[in-house]
Amino acid sequence: MRHTLTRRDFGLGATASGALLAGTGRARAAIRPIKLGSLLPRSGYEAPIGQSCQRAVELAKKMLPEMGHAIEIVDVDTESKPEVARTQAEKLIREGVEMLVGAFDSGQSFAIAQVAEQHGIPFVINIAADPAITEQGFKYVFRNFPTSVMLGTQGLARFNDLFTATGASPKTAVLMVVNDTFGQTMLRGIHALMPKANLPFEIVDTISYDPQAKDLSIEVAKAKAAKADLLMAVTRLTDVILIVREMVKQRYEPMGIISPGSPGMYQTQFVKVLGKYADYAITNIPWLDPKQAFAHRFEAAFNQAYPGEVCTLDAGFTFEGFVICADAYKRAGSTRPQALVEALKATNIKERVMIGGPITFDAKGQNVNLPSAVVQIRGGKPIVVLPAENAELAPIFPVPGWSQRG
Amino acid sequence: MRAMAARDLSPRRAAALGLFVAVMLLLPLLVNAYIVSVLVVVLFSAYFGQSWNIMTGFAGQLSLGHALYVGLGAYTSAALFVHFGLLPWLGMLAGMAVAALAGGAIAALSFRFRVGGVYFALLTIAFAEFTRILFDHFGWVGATEGLFLPVANLAHDDPLRLRGSPRMFYYLLLALSLAALALSHHLLNRRVGYYWQAIREDEEAARALGIDVFRYKVAAMALSAAMTALGGGVLAFYDNNLYPDTVFAMSRSIEIITAPIIGGLGTLFGPVLGAVLLTGLGEIMTNLSNAAEISGLKQWFYGAALLAIVALQPSGLWPWLRRRLGLEEGRR
Amino acid sequence: MLYLNIIVSGLLTGAVYGLMALGLSVIFGVIRIVNFAHGEMMVLAMYGAYVVNARLGLDPLLVLPLVTLALFGLGYALQRLLINRYIARPDHEQFLLLLALATIITASLLMGFGPDARNVQLDYGYDSYQIGAILLDKVRVFAAGGAVLGAAALWSFFRFSRTGKAIRACADNQVGAQVVGLDVKRLYAVTFGLGAACVGAAGCLLLLLVDVQPYIATDYTLLAFIIVILGGLGSMPGALLGGILVGVSEALAGFLVEPSLKSAFSFGLLILVLLVRPQGLLGRA
Repeated sequence: MRHTLTRRDFGLGATASGALLAGTGRARAAIRPIKLGSLLPRSGYEAPIGQSCQRAVELAKKMLPEMGHAIEIVDVDTESKPEVARTQAEKLIREGVEMLVGAFDSGQSFAIAQVAEQHGIPFVINIAADPAITEQGFKYVFRNFPTSVMLGTQGLARFNDLFTATGASPKTAVLMVVNDTFGQTMLRGIHALMPKANLPFEIVDTISYDPQAKDLSIEVAKAKAAKADLLMAVTRLTDVILIVREMVKQRYEPMGIISPGSPGMYQTQFVKVLGKYADYAITNIPWLDPKQAFAHRFEAAFNQAYPGEVCTLDAGFTFEGFVICADAYKRAGSTRPQALVEALKATNIKERVMIGGPITFDAKGQNVNLPSAVVQIRGGKPIVVLPAENAELAPIFPVPGWSQRG
Repeated sequence: MRAMAARDLSPRRAAALGLFVAVMLLLPLLVNAYIVSVLVVVLFSAYFGQSWNIMTGFAGQLSLGHALYVGLGAYTSAALFVHFGLLPWLGMLAGMAVAALAGGAIAALSFRFRVGGVYFALLTIAFAEFTRILFDHFGWVGATEGLFLPVANLAHDDPLRLRGSPRMFYYLLLALSLAALALSHHLLNRRVGYYWQAIREDEEAARALGIDVFRYKVAAMALSAAMTALGGGVLAFYDNNLYPDTVFAMSRSIEIITAPIIGGLGTLFGPVLGAVLLTGLGEIMTNLSNAAEISGLKQWFYGAALLAIVALQPSGLWPWLRRRLGLEEGRR
Repeated sequence: MLYLNIIVSGLLTGAVYGLMALGLSVIFGVIRIVNFAHGEMMVLAMYGAYVVNARLGLDPLLVLPLVTLALFGLGYALQRLLINRYIARPDHEQFLLLLALATIITASLLMGFGPDARNVQLDYGYDSYQIGAILLDKVRVFAAGGAVLGAAALWSFFRFSRTGKAIRACADNQVGAQVVGLDVKRLYAVTFGLGAACVGAAGCLLLLLVDVQPYIATDYTLLAFIIVILGGLGSMPGALLGGILVGVSEALAGFLVEPSLKSAFSFGLLILVLLVRPQGLLGRA
């Protein structure tokens, strides 16, 4: 509570003094705004998530200056294509953009990273999970998003927390995994970590399916035939909708469906389309921290600007990307790339939107402090149910069967 | 009746070509890095278009799956580099061989079984998609996880190892494109070129004249595939990361063939002109679309522009422009 | 029993795919043009049914006649005003024309509806019939039934109506048809309209099974290609057979091998058929 007040005081103070200075006609002492470039896939096949991230860009444009940060944002569309991401990054830099934020997708982020390195312009990745990006020795690239291996590790660890909290203990699981970049890196991570994770269940079957599939009835039939207690699913959005719909139709009722850290089951569309069948779906993923005042302010602004949409981690991480840039600029006090990079390396942001300790970067430019929460859909909303200190509700597991729902 | 290439360059055409080469050589020194990055896209498009043009423009066999050869070239050279440290240029030679074999085999199978026209076009799509899905499961090259090339030390240009700035890639691609132009010109004025054009105009008549239609069609495909694969190799070292779903994408196949059709199928300079116009138009549309903050506007205008061109100049813009500039060759 | 379930499911989905491919086959069989905008036209129909459902709450099955009629009109107009001029042009020009149309349709849908997937809410959307050990998905049964009815209607049109017979005459011998005084231009327009009507109906039926997004069109265009080539371009029973074959073989491949490889299975089947029997299973040489 105290935090909110000080921040608001500061915000008001800044605005007031600005008005005062403007009123007296004196040259404003404030530093010149830094130009930030945003690159997101707003058209093309990734458009749904790109546009969902874009909402946070619009909010950052409004909220960060209100918080006293001197920034302006130029935003462009990567059309879901790495080559467009590359030329657009070049164009932004040409237009004098001093830091880049983006680009949701690993391929596009990698293309932008190369441009950023060549020109010596800092690039903060909002979302992109391919571990290879931070293994390249890039000097100007910083990522405030877990790698797919980190997601897998964290995700598996949360299973045990969930079982401890609910007393449930499934003996077998079937794993459905989408065969794309994200799904397969995660699958590799899961197979490597399973023996060490000390989980009560074993994976009896792994079903890898085509990301472009329009019909997953066979895949679900195969999962059902495995007769496992638990369905683990590494998915995207449209496919997980198909999966749950088929599960209802085929009356396939495992103890629950849990994602060890993939998109899909926390998104607005999932809830909108599936209604009551979306409830109780669990995803182990970094989430907005319900116990942080800053997260509340961001979520409130989001809900006001976009009624009917759910504020997800897409928006949260994208917003934090801009917070990181604004914070680095404030501390660097200069737009010199070297000064900005030094400031980014020294990043230590305690007031967060997402769950977890302060934002810091390791030598590779990776934030390694990004724990996953257990997020369960309850009454049509994604709710943090674990860890207990961040939770708003207690987890329910095993989940009620399809026919037992209102 | 499509005009055939002249045996010699008239002074006017030589001057025009000289001017074009001079402008292209100087251009990267005069413009900023953003324009250079766009020009690299233009040259990739031009070179792939030129390679495809040999198969479809000269020999008349519509291929809608050329992304297959881009991918084979890219993956062969990149994988050999990553796993064995083989020099990119040697890897690219290997990639060309693989692609030539694949293209030749696909053509031989198709033409042996008398698959032609639209059926052949759809068959090329099928092979490209089939290969894409195989690569999605091909662990040695990273499958869907992607294949990454080390990107350290991009600071100074090293043409031997294909590490360097976009400007280096620009000159490299310009050289490839000019070489493709020269090769196309050369082939068109040889017996093989005449045979290809005879097959394109009327396959039965060509066969009646005693041309070994099967052999020349397979040769066109193998050559076209090998050239495409060379470009694919360069693409691998420019992008430094490969995912089957973007490298072998159907949309890439479509992009490859749009430029030469717009420019003028079967002409020497059409693919280059088409690449310049389409990439330029696309870039302007992207920027307008960003300024207007409407997603999809670019694709809409792009579609409308294609429609306008196919309605007004269905045989391409280069034949029309050539007439305008007075660069028509003689009576051939 | 499990296999029976899977085969039946593949059969039902395949019937809808068949109706969609039927449109492509009819157009090619008569006009000799490959409709590269086929999937896009179907997605347009899906959005049409979606809008009526969202506004008026009508079941896509009730909206189907309306959407089918609208797509017929669209196809008729397109052929009359635009495509007809390209009938005698080389393949690549036809390809570019339809590619341009496809691009415009997708971009318009993206601008109009945004990228998010849209779906219809049906109160029977999750129901299934239990017959012995077989579990039948209700919407899938409806969709397949609709597809079979649609195909039957089209077949009787070509078989019994004057216009239908004239179109068949036209397909067999265009010059002859002109000589005996048939209005070939109008017949072509009717044919393209019918092809579009097929995807219109298929789109409404498919909307029961999948959510619609602007970008799914290309996948359906490709799927339609595979199906008609398997069955034989221009052959009506071939398109249905091809659809069912793809439906069942993908289902079995998905179950027995690796699901993510199942579309490779379809492409492989296509390559095999093209090489062994280029005219397709039921096509005429």
